[in-house]
Order: sequence, then structure tokens, then C-alpha cells
Amino acid sequence: MVKKKRRQGQTEYFFDYSLLFIVLFLLGFGLVMLYSTSSYEAAQKYGSSTYYLMKQLRATILGLAGMMIVANIPYHFWERFYGFGYLISVVLLALIIPFGYESGGAKRWFRIAGLSIQPSEIAKLCMILFLAVVICKMGRSIRSWKGFAALMMLPMPIVVMVWKITSNLSSAIIILGIAALMVFVASPDYKKFVLLGLAGVAGVALIVFVIVNMANADGLNYRGERVLAWLNPEAYVSDTGYQTLQALYAIGSGGIWGKGLGQSMQKLGFIPEAQNDMIFSIICEELGLFGAVAIILMFVMLIWRLMVIANNAPDLFGALLVVGVMGHMAIQVILNIAVVTNTIPNTGISLPFISYGGTAVLFQLAEIGLVLNVAKRIQLKEV
Amino acid sequence: MLERGNRTFHRKKITTVFFLCTAVLFILFLRLVYLMIAKADYYGGKAVELHERERSIKAARGRIIDCNGQVIADNKTVCTISVIHSQIEDPEKVIEVLCRELSLSEEYVRPRVEKYSSIERIRSNVDKEIGDRIREYDLAGVKVDEDYKRYYPYGSLASKVLGFTGSDNQGIIGLEVIYEEYLEGQPGTILTVTDAKGIEVEAAGESRIEPISGGDLHISLDMNIQSYATQLAYQAMETKEAQSVSIIVMNPQNGEILAMVNVPEFDLNNPYELPQEVSVSANGEELSAEEKQDLLNAMWRNGCINDTYEPGSTFKIITAAAGLESGVVTPESTFSCPGFIVVEDRKIRCHKVGGHGAEDFVLATMNSCNPVFITVGLRMGPETFYGYFEQFGLLRRTGVDLPGEAGTIMHDLENIGDVELATISFGQSFQVTPIQLLTTAASIVNGGRRVTPHFGVKITDTDGNLIETLEYPVEEGIVSEETSATMREILEMVVSEGGGKNAYIEGVRIGGKTATSQTLPRGSGQYIASFIGFAPADDPQVIAIAIINRPQGTYYGGQIAAPVIRQLYENILPYLGIMDYNGDVIEEE
Repeated sequence: MVKKKRRQGQTEYFFDYSLLFIVLFLLGFGLVMLYSTSSYEAAQKYGSSTYYLMKQLRATILGLAGMMIVANIPYHFWERFYGFGYLISVVLLALIIPFGYESGGAKRWFRIAGLSIQPSEIAKLCMILFLAVVICKMGRSIRSWKGFAALMMLPMPIVVMVWKITSNLSSAIIILGIAALMVFVASPDYKKFVLLGLAGVAGVALIVFVIVNMANADGLNYRGERVLAWLNPEAYVSDTGYQTLQALYAIGSGGIWGKGLGQSMQKLGFIPEAQNDMIFSIICEELGLFGAVAIILMFVMLIWRLMVIANNAPDLFGALLVVGVMGHMAIQVILNIAVVTNTIPNTGISLPFISYGGTAVLFQLAEIGLVLNVAKRIQLKEV
Repeated sequence: MLERGNRTFHRKKITTVFFLCTAVLFILFLRLVYLMIAKADYYGGKAVELHERERSIKAARGRIIDCNGQVIADNKTVCTISVIHSQIEDPEKVIEVLCRELSLSEEYVRPRVEKYSSIERIRSNVDKEIGDRIREYDLAGVKVDEDYKRYYPYGSLASKVLGFTGSDNQGIIGLEVIYEEYLEGQPGTILTVTDAKGIEVEAAGESRIEPISGGDLHISLDMNIQSYATQLAYQAMETKEAQSVSIIVMNPQNGEILAMVNVPEFDLNNPYELPQEVSVSANGEELSAEEKQDLLNAMWRNGCINDTYEPGSTFKIITAAAGLESGVVTPESTFSCPGFIVVEDRKIRCHKVGGHGAEDFVLATMNSCNPVFITVGLRMGPETFYGYFEQFGLLRRTGVDLPGEAGTIMHDLENIGDVELATISFGQSFQVTPIQLLTTAASIVNGGRRVTPHFGVKITDTDGNLIETLEYPVEEGIVSEETSATMREILEMVVSEGGGKNAYIEGVRIGGKTATSQTLPRGSGQYIASFIGFAPADDPQVIAIAIINRPQGTYYGGQIAAPVIRQLYENILPYLGIMDYNGDVIEEE
């Protein structure tokens, strides 16, 4: 199709149908799995097996419309809003304190006209825009330690607010991760990052070590307990380790070929709200290793498409926007699968395009729209 | 301003990010491989454990079948009603229906329905029709499972032998207890899959581990003989106003018991129901649970095996055999009976006040003459006599395959003085069980082989294929063949011309011995009349004992117990092919 268009000379620009196809596939697959996972619980709780599916479908359609709109707005249009976006994030996060809506023991949402909106999802998108603009503005000064440090400090207020106000460590880590990846791409240096990475690994190891040795002390907070549950989920089966262990049961039951679509047992209340963060374990149970690998490959392809677009972006700003989106997707997929397989301690992270969550899918699709617009600006003649 | 180019190092870094992410995803892939292949069985198994609920299925208990193939203990389908708390939708309706259909009180049903447990049994052994009716209500959370209940087609026949089963189909008394391991079978299980709340998942279906039915027990009891013997026993009990009557019919050659009657019997299908006249105590008040249990235990007691009595003159069979075997007496030995004998400082009377006068040993046995047997006993002396008790197996239990066999209550050897020896010689001052006495007598007349009395013959599966043939020990040579032959002759004389002539049947050679003994403690004026008889006298194929406990009026064994055995033999000998009326007629012509 691309070649044909070029030959006919109708347009010199590129539309990344591969990316669009991958995203649509993931959305479609996600809706099928969401229905399979949630129908039993939905029927019991709300009397309608499609309760979750319909809500997600609405958000998806809205998101797809939003994506097409964003895809047709030249991405430089957003440039001017970088400061405003940052400010909006701060204000919305602050407003959570008086107006937040509590669910499942955490205050993370606003409820407006029946829709719940999660400011941390907005903050992710705003952070990508903000950093892309700032990095471009900084130019070469990013290469100095001082510039680097300044750049790393800028996202911190948001990160801390997300962590402390919405008590959502996962989103804070994701925002920090996106920032780190964007800075990494923008800076020509490797040594700093290797050192930083090593320091990070050492720090985490130290924290784990301290927690394990504190295990007898009573003063351990729930995050500390999660680390212990991670190391030995079966010893914490009654509380912290329950979800993890149930996910492992689901994954283990899947085997190579899985039990077949809709045949999961663990979704029958054993994994509470399996359609949220634990949906990947149900995919493993129903579709087996085969299905799980297929999904991982789809995400690898998504990241690959994002890489190709970033590499061919007409300018650094476009490239950085795409890198931000790429970082966002990659980090969430990796952390989600790592949590579900008990590779890291349990923390709530959803699987992009597949997990249940309206705000998330809305903003993820907006990000894809942004990427599609960057892709549109790629001049094929130069490729 | 932001139009600056996308430089080479940026591209390199972006590519690095991609490969880093891919590498991490690859590690996660390996983790998945580990979890889903190496640990699949472990976690999968744990998950299955979590999802499955188990219900057991009772195994059909093995039947009990008599020697003619008649089923005498069978199973009928009954239902077990249980409730599953998490599935109940309308607890009030459930309580109301269960109370009404099962005739249970609300105080009993309500806590069970409201109890938070995975499955709660309300009642087992419910008739199938009631179970079907409850099933028709189609109440959510009420489970009706079919299983088996013991059913005894012959009602009370051989009740104390067969025994019955409890609510879990376990044997409680009798053969049902002894052969429990063969009869019980192996219960199966129904595995159902449930969600986290315990609600059954319909689509998942059930997996069943089928129960294995228990083996059928084939016994030597002949229900025709049992039934006739029971009639005779009731007849004797009623006409003599006796407290109880016991009859045992056995094959003396191998110890197979053909009938064992202890009247009054009880209804095996309602074993917990006391007879009307004892169900209220003397002053008309309700019985306490303890009193009731005592009465039930008394009702279930098998007198032939669980109780001992003073045998009296039937024991002279043993004294005579010991005397002959030791050589202190021969059939031709002559005695003189003045009507009493003085042992140490005591004068022990013969039952014939004037004495029997001069008599040989055969005549003395026919007369059941006490002084003669005392003399024989004294001639042997305690060591020899006691040695024969051991040799005859009298001091051991018979090993009959019924629970609770009582042992012989005998003096210790060192305590046997002449007076004790004298009383033992004619069957007093010690106690044995009827089965012990019968078995010992059988062993003396069968050629000297101590047999083990038993019911169980073989175990087969439901289709009749042999699983196990039951075998019992036989001890050879407890008396010599000659002594045995002499005993048969003497005992035949007892029936044909002596004290046992009321057991005589024209054309059949019957041997036997009567006894009349006092109930213990002595002095109550109550007696036990008994008779042991075997036929044919020259080659015993059947031996029987009848014991009439506390008859009113005539109480002599020869008068009331011997006729019972005669009536029994008149019917069962032709049936067993031992006596052929027609054959005899032809011979006479």
C-alpha cells in the first residue's frame, strides 16, 4: 500500500498502518480477554456478564476517536502546552486531597459525570510532553552533570505527588522510568547511566536485604511485607501473598497450550478483580505459554514500531515524544508481567490496552495518536 | 526552535532502549517457561486442590448369603440429605421442607442449615421415596445423594448371628462385625469443581472415583433349618413359659453351623426398637438412655456364644470320653449305685433317690447316674481329668466367627479337690458356653477331630467370583477313633433305650445326652433343660443342642429338650438327605 501510494505520488508522507494494526489487535484481544475474565464476577456482582466489557468498550471507542483526532493535529501544536500540562498535573494531583474518590482503600480517582478519571494517567502524558520540550530547549547543556541533574530533578515533584498523594508507587515508578529513558536517549553519554543503573540495583538490593533482616520487627509497613511475600508467597497466603500465589496457580495451570479460552478457573473469584492488574495470569491460564508468548511478541512489535518511528522522526522533539510513549508502554508491560509472574514484589500495574481501566486506555490511545502524527511527518523519500 | 535534527547518537540510544526492553521481556519469557512448564504440575495441582470439593460415595456393602444362595443381608437404596450453605437461596423454605419431609424438629434442622460449612449432613438412611420427593422441590443448596442401607429380608431370623449395621453402614454386632473388612468395600468420591465462594461450576462437571462394592459373604447357615429351628424354639419357649430357648445345629465333621437360634430374636430392620413389654420400666416411666441401652444390649446378646451356663449331665459325654480314653473305665465296667456317694465328708445324691443298683458303664450313662460318673472322675484324679479338658480344647475358646465369645469358667487345677472333681464329673460347679459344649461333643463323636465352629465359608465378588475361601483350624486326635466309636454307641443307647428316648425317631440312629441343671446362683428353683443329639449315630452328619432356659412346670431335659431335637430331626434329616422315609419303607418291605 505504501509503495503504491508512493508510485502514484498521491502523498509523500507516511501513515504507520502496522502500528495501528498492532494497537487494534491488542485492543480487540484485550476486550475478548476482559470479557472472558470479568464476565463471571460481573454477572454475580452486577447481574450482567458484560458490565465491565461495556464500560471498557465505551472508553475504547472514545479513545479511538481521541486517537484519530490527535493523529491529525500536527504534534508541534502541543509544544506550547508543556508548562501548562505540568501545572495541570500538579493541580489535579493536589485536588485529589479534597475531592478524590476512594476505591479499594486508595484515593486515586475523580468522579465526573459518572466517569472516573485517574490524574496519574494524565500526569504520564503531560510528563512526556514536558520533558520532550525541556530537553530540546536545553540543547547541549544536557551533556553536563549539572544539566543532567536538573533534568532529573524536574519530574520529581510530580513523582513524589503521585507516590504520596495517590499512594500509587507504581505510577510514580513509571513516570520516573519514562523520564529516565527520555534523558538517556537525549544524552550522548552511557557511563553515567551505567553507573546510575548499578547504583539503582545496589540500592534495591540493599533495601530488600534490610527488609528481610527486619522481618522479625513489627514496624514493617505493607510495602516491606510485600517484599517478604514476594520472596516467599506461600508463607503470606492469607494476606499479602494471596494474590501473587493465586496468579502463580493460574499461570501454572495453563501449561503450554492453556485450558482454552473461557476455561479459566482462577477467574471465578480466586483472583479478585482479575480483569485489572492480574489479567495476564488469566491469559496464561486460558491460552497457555503459547498465548502468553504471542502477547509478549505483540508488545515487542509495538515497541519495535515505536523505535522505528522514533528513529525516523523528522526532529528531536518528535523523536523524544515517541521515546516517551515507547518508555511508557515498555515499562508498564515489563513491570506488569514481572509482577504477575512474581519476578518482582507485587505492586499494581496494569497491562496497556488489555487491563480494565477507562482512563488508562483513553490516554494510552491518545499517546498512540501522538505517535501516529509523528509518523505522518516522516518523509518517505528520506527513509 | 525544536526543529533540531534527530542525531545518530539518538538513534543508537533509541535502539539500545528497544533491545534492553526486548532483553528484559526475554528474561520474563524464560520466567514464564519455568512457571508454565517446570512448575506447571506443582501450581496446577495446587490450583486443582483449591477448586475441587470432595463428596464421598458409599460403597455397596457385601451381601450375606446362606448355603442355598438365599440373600439374607442385602442393601436397599436410601438417600442422604445434606445442605451446602453457600448455595442456599431460601433458607426458610429449606428449613420448612426438610422439617416436614424428614419429620425433624426445627431446633435440629435450623442450626445445620445456617451453619457456615462447606457441606452439612442433615440425615442419612432416608427412604428413596422421601429423597425423591425432596429432590422434586428443586431447592438450591439441598443435596440428595443416594446410597445403600442394610436390609434383612428375613427380618428377625438369625438376628443375633447376622447382626446389623449402624448409620455409616458399619457392622455393630454379629457376622457384620467379624467380616467387616470383607463386607465394607471401598468408598468412592465425587469431585466437584467450585468457584472461590464454593459454588459449583456446572460446566466443569463432576469427576467420580467409583466405589468398590464389598465382597459377598457366603455362610453355612441354612435359612430353612434356621427358620424351622426358630419355630420350634418359640414353640418350646411359649409352651414351657421359658425365659429363652437356644438351638444350635452344626455339622460335626467340619464345624459348619447350619442354624443358631436364640429366641426371643429381634427385628434386624429395627434393631433399636425394644419389645413392647420392656419399653417402659416397671413403674411405667420412660426409660433413661442408659437403661434403654442396657436393654438393647441384652436383647442383642447371643446366648449361645456370649453366655456361659452350668451344663449338667450333657457334660457326662466329656467325662465318659476322658474315662474311656484314660482306661479307668470300659463299657463293660460294672458299678453299683445306692442312690448317693460319699466324697470326703459330703454325701452327693443321685437323681434317682433309691439308686440304680448294679449297672455297667453303658447302663450308667443311659441312666445318667451321678455316683458312677463321680467314681470315674475320682479314678482319673484331677491332673488327668484336667489334662483331658485341655486336650479336648474345652479350656480354650472355640474360635467361632462371632464377636464376644465367652471363655470357660473352670476351677484352677490346684483348687480341684475331690469334692470339686466329683461335681465337675457330672457337669456342675463350672460354666461353659453352649457352643463350647456342642463343639467338644462334636469333636468326641466325629472320630476325635476338634473342629472350629463357624459360619463363614467363602467370600465372592458381586458376580460370584471367588475371592477367598475361609479356612479354620482342625485339631486331629483329641480322642482315639475307638473311644469315639464307643461314645457313639453309648450315646445311641441313651437315645434308643435310656434317658434320651424322647429324641428317638423310628428308623434313624440318633445319639444324644440329656441334662437338667440349675440356674446360677443355685436355690432359685429355676432350671435349664438341655439336650445334645447327633445323627446318624454311627457316622454323625449333624449335631444339635437345645437349651431351654427357666422353663415352668416340667423341667427335665429328657422331657422337654429331647422332644425339641426330635421334632427338629424329623424335619431336617430328610431335608439333609440323612434320613430317607421312602428308602426305609422299601427296606422294610
